[in-house]
Amino acid sequence: MSKLANSLEEAIRSSGLKNGMTISFHHHLRNGDHVLNLVLDTIAKMGLADITVNASSLFDIHMPIIEHIKNGVVTGVETDYMSSALGREFSSGILKKPIIFRTHGGRPSDIINGKSHIDVAFVAAPTSDDMGNCTGKIGKSACGSLGYAFADAACADKVIVVTDNLVAYPLTDFSIAETCVDYVVQVPSIGDPRGIVSGTTTMTKDPIALKIAKYAVKCIQASGLLKDGFSFQTGAGGASLAAAAYLKDVMLEKKIKGSYVMGGITGYLVDMLEAGCFQAIMDVQCFDIKAINSLQNNPKHREVTAEHYASPTAKSCIVDSLDAVILGATEIDLNFNVNVHTDSNGYIMGGAGGHSDAAAGAKLAMIVAPLVRARVPIVCEKVQCISTPGSTVDVLVTQRGIAVNPNRNDLKELFKKAGLPVVSIEELYAKAKEIVGDYVPVQTSDKVIAKIIYRDGTEIDTIKQVKE
Amino acid sequence: MNLIKKAIAGTLESSDIMVTVEPASTLKIDLKSSVEKQFSTSIKNTVLAVAKKMNITGANIILVDHGALDCTIRARLETAFLRATKEGQA
Amino acid sequence: MRRSLLFLPGNNPGMLGNGDTLDADGIILDLEDAVAPNEKDAARILVRNALQTLHYKACEIIVRINGLDTSYWQDDLEAIIPAGPDIIMPTKVSGADYIHELAAKITAVEKSCGMEIGKTKVLPLLETAVGVENAYPIAIADKRIIGLFLGAEDLTADLRCKRTKEGQEIFYARTRLVMAARAAGVDAYDTPFTDANDLEGLRKDAILARSLGFSGKTAINPRHIDCINEVFSPSQADIEYAKEVFAAIEEGKKLGKGAVALRGKMIDKPIVARAQQVLDAAKAIYGGDIL
Repeated sequence: MSKLANSLEEAIRSSGLKNGMTISFHHHLRNGDHVLNLVLDTIAKMGLADITVNASSLFDIHMPIIEHIKNGVVTGVETDYMSSALGREFSSGILKKPIIFRTHGGRPSDIINGKSHIDVAFVAAPTSDDMGNCTGKIGKSACGSLGYAFADAACADKVIVVTDNLVAYPLTDFSIAETCVDYVVQVPSIGDPRGIVSGTTTMTKDPIALKIAKYAVKCIQASGLLKDGFSFQTGAGGASLAAAAYLKDVMLEKKIKGSYVMGGITGYLVDMLEAGCFQAIMDVQCFDIKAINSLQNNPKHREVTAEHYASPTAKSCIVDSLDAVILGATEIDLNFNVNVHTDSNGYIMGGAGGHSDAAAGAKLAMIVAPLVRARVPIVCEKVQCISTPGSTVDVLVTQRGIAVNPNRNDLKELFKKAGLPVVSIEELYAKAKEIVGDYVPVQTSDKVIAKIIYRDGTEIDTIKQVKE
Repeated sequence: MNLIKKAIAGTLESSDIMVTVEPASTLKIDLKSSVEKQFSTSIKNTVLAVAKKMNITGANIILVDHGALDCTIRARLETAFLRATKEGQA
Repeated sequence: MRRSLLFLPGNNPGMLGNGDTLDADGIILDLEDAVAPNEKDAARILVRNALQTLHYKACEIIVRINGLDTSYWQDDLEAIIPAGPDIIMPTKVSGADYIHELAAKITAVEKSCGMEIGKTKVLPLLETAVGVENAYPIAIADKRIIGLFLGAEDLTADLRCKRTKEGQEIFYARTRLVMAARAAGVDAYDTPFTDANDLEGLRKDAILARSLGFSGKTAINPRHIDCINEVFSPSQADIEYAKEVFAAIEEGKKLGKGAVALRGKMIDKPIVARAQQVLDAAKAIYGGDIL
């Protein structure tokens, strides 16, 4: 028996996909993904329409979706993250229904509890056998962890695995088992490796980012959390990555044995594991080749599902045990609410991803950012939209001072005792305004172009269309 | 003061502004900015203020801004205007 | 306190905007080597505006002007001095005459804008053989001079030898500079370490400079600042000893003793002076609590 379909079209036809249904995708092939475009092109050719796309993230390579929206093939979009060029297009209001933004923890939660019904899940798999046992760890288009695909595979009505590396049955080191797979399709290429993972993640040389990173690590030390058993998550951008590098130096110097690092995994975190700073990596997504290799070879480096990573309706999830997380932001307001869904001009760019989940779970949630970036202040009076509520954000670290949420006076005292430059967020705001001068805040109309669904399923805010 | 030729100052780098000025009978401003929504009024006011201070009543002023602070905009404008009124310099 | 002095290119608005957040005790806004000849005018105006608007509070401001052998230096002074930099850094200073000409121009500009005469200090950059030979006459040439700064890159070119990390070739120039500076009662600042990534090498170089008597060191890379600050800060041990010195003196006063000993050594004027310097620096770096 074989589930191998003769073509993608045949598999889609067999799955019973009809107008008005919802299809889903994971984003582990990132900006090198060919599968989503291929599926939409095929669906369009088949004459299907009114399809909702639920993709854990969307990148600029998915720009062809705009045409499908204009042609009525796609009428709904649900995602956790959208890149800037794509977000710019959506900001012009091409979709009649508002985009639904979820978090990386909320998406699997809604899929598993049935709120988010998936008719057909497309699982791009770098390697698969003909019955659907598949993995992301090996293959010419290897992507490492398939964390964001698990809930889809388990709960969708029909599951189609799309692979460019078909191997003999059985694939023993599978991540997703054949038990939930309906069809397997072989294509020449599921993605471009150069867009799937970075060769090596390199640390920034920007002195401001480095200074912010140093402050962030000092905050972690001052908080008292940096001792044996410490757990940590960080982003992949500038200051966030540099902080991981500095943290490693401190942990090695003070011989601290942390417990785990989690999140999107880069070679820097692998270095920390291999140096003995941590005992485990909980990997929901790999960002570079070093991470993929470590996942393949190191038993301490585990693939985890997005539900395990961050679902608030699981009996527990990994962010619940997190000590410290370092996050970015587009803007943060005087109540510490954070916006990661738009750029400073109000156009859709980004999305919560795991931001809200990690901030909610971590004992110490820090936003790192330069106070002013090309005349745009990081602090504002009121964010354009709330991605992560201020009650879960503890600290803002800038190169001109560190602001602590008034609901964390314990941290404020510890930081002050450690000699850190603690200021109020109002002072940072005033300083930023002094530097940039008077400005007109971005104006929006009443048209809602996106709904922001918090990790618990409630609508926390909306994104309104920018007035041109 | 009258411009005698075209002149450029500044760069397209982040936090800088590239200012091109050329002779004209009145003041005309053409602004592109990464922070247009927030600062276009402020930037235009700055251009007019610098032109007034330097007694320039006629110029085509083209600005491509990548988030320059006000003091940088003033500096680049002043430099461009001075270059445009000097003999034998680019 | 000038443990670290960081060079910043004068024509770079992004760097100027953040110059004071890089933890250097002083920033050197460079109108000279960091700026192309056809951009000298632009850099001058940008630095002037930055000084007037950006209110760098946390550090001292030094402006490196173009050489007296160029057509730019007078325009540099006329534009910059009214904006209130703390120190002017002239380059390739060869002798006392150079300083006299420079100081006269600075005085003229200060006068013309109603500033207090003598407010603007001078830190000469010595980077030629003749400059190093004339270190003492330069150091005493004018009251504005607050120190001497050694530039080894150009110097080794003048000496016709290779610039190395170990620095044997500039050993004499370093000690000569320190000698002249101290004889004149001013400070001495060491040449930058040019390998951006070799922080081990930087530390060795900074420790050597400190041990030779330099007051601080310049840097061209912001990543070097933390290390330089650390090396040139008084250590915990230094601070403890300084406190003991004064405690011993107090003790001695109470007991009516004229001369006091500490750890087997008589406490004389130089020891007291050094102890006071250490406590002053400690206070500036760590705040009053440390004392």
